[in-house]
Amino acid sequence: MWRDAVLVGGKDLRIEARSRVAANQIVPFAVLVLILFAFALDADRGVLTRAAAGLFWVAVLFSAVLAVQRAQAVESSVGTGDALRLSGLDPAGIFLGKAGAVAVQLLVLEVVLGAGVVLLYDVEPAGYPTLAATAVAATLGVAAAGTLYGALAAGSRVSETLLPLLLLPAVAPVLIAATRASEAALGTSALPVAAGDWLALLGVLAVVYVAFGVVAFGPLMEEQ
Amino acid sequence: MNEPRNRTSTASPLTLSLGLAALLSLGATVALGLSLPATVEQGEYSRLIAIHPGVAWASYVSFGVTALASALWLWPRTRAPRWDLLAGASAEIGVVFTALTLATGSIWGRPTWGVWWVWDARLTLSALMLALYLGYLALRRVPNPPDARARRSAVAALLAVAVVPLNHFAVDWWRTLHQGRSLAQIDPGNDLDGAFIGAMLLGFLAMTLVYAWLLVHRVRVARLEDEVEEASLAVALEERRAEALVAP
Repeated sequence: MWRDAVLVGGKDLRIEARSRVAANQIVPFAVLVLILFAFALDADRGVLTRAAAGLFWVAVLFSAVLAVQRAQAVESSVGTGDALRLSGLDPAGIFLGKAGAVAVQLLVLEVVLGAGVVLLYDVEPAGYPTLAATAVAATLGVAAAGTLYGALAAGSRVSETLLPLLLLPAVAPVLIAATRASEAALGTSALPVAAGDWLALLGVLAVVYVAFGVVAFGPLMEEQ
Repeated sequence: MNEPRNRTSTASPLTLSLGLAALLSLGATVALGLSLPATVEQGEYSRLIAIHPGVAWASYVSFGVTALASALWLWPRTRAPRWDLLAGASAEIGVVFTALTLATGSIWGRPTWGVWWVWDARLTLSALMLALYLGYLALRRVPNPPDARARRSAVAALLAVAVVPLNHFAVDWWRTLHQGRSLAQIDPGNDLDGAFIGAMLLGFLAMTLVYAWLLVHRVRVARLEDEVEEASLAVALEERRAEALVAP
């Protein structure tokens, strides 16, 4: 399973490295979202600084929708999905590989967005270990849920509009928990919040989505 | 479930008696709800206790049935098309009840909290639940072979059931303004509370009966839809075959 996951994840990341769709389209999109938030929230009044953690994670979620659609698109062209199914790879491994590749891309994106938030929203970076743990746990959860819902919505003409509707309510708890944990790390929350509980919730969410995907991906691949 | 006698009707003795019971209990709930005294804090709006908790309860029952039917479809030994029909029908009714929960909650919230909507934990959870199951219904409408549709829908339904408690934790910690659970708050020793508790429990019963009545009809309509689809396919095949015979 793990060997297959590394194979599939490596393949997806190689495709992204060569096609540069993530680097040339998804990352600029995410930065653009940060800039649009500044227009919407009046950049001069400190609102952005206070809301930075939440806006950061909303931008990550929107970008995750695009990243998952991209990960599905590479399998739907010219029968690559069939080839993958006939390859004899473990479906759980394929799921972990694809989710892992999305997670790696999202983590890179988060570093760029983090720099964007510091520069554009006047946020003082702090609490690095908490931020890093939040990023890893939240990203795992979003990538696993996204890959799972991507497979559910795949193969239809409406999959692009269906995916956000399916995915965003399901990752709402990730957004809440990641935002609160980040606020605790940065100290931007109006109320004193402890990061520990939120980190634990993020961990549970990641485990649930990954476990669900490992179990359900096989049956979902069979019928496509 | 009994086969409908008439192939184009979804009515049967079962649904007639179920419908009658639903109507009677609903009427009794409305009558009892309207006869409740206005309270000091909430005035006339306290009477919504006859409707609102019952509607919310019915939405939870609906989604529970959807999850159970989905699990029965996924389990190879019990796999049968009827579980898929049941899951879809129940989710549709659940979405209606969730929307009604939000609507009656807002109607109550406006005079009590002064706003139509507050970002309270349970309101937010209901809204998220509505979005989750709207997605589930949208997934069901995607044209797919019946088996593929059933499989994807069943996975999505179980995923939704796993997500609801997680959403619950998240929004609960996020903020809580909503009063505690309705049943936990009532003091049974008080006469006034006794009337309210009676109206609420009757509301639970009425909404459950309405749900069951709608469910039986909806499942039968879904079965008829499938039959029509199969029949029209057979007719189309027959027509093409006839064309082939006529053609030189």
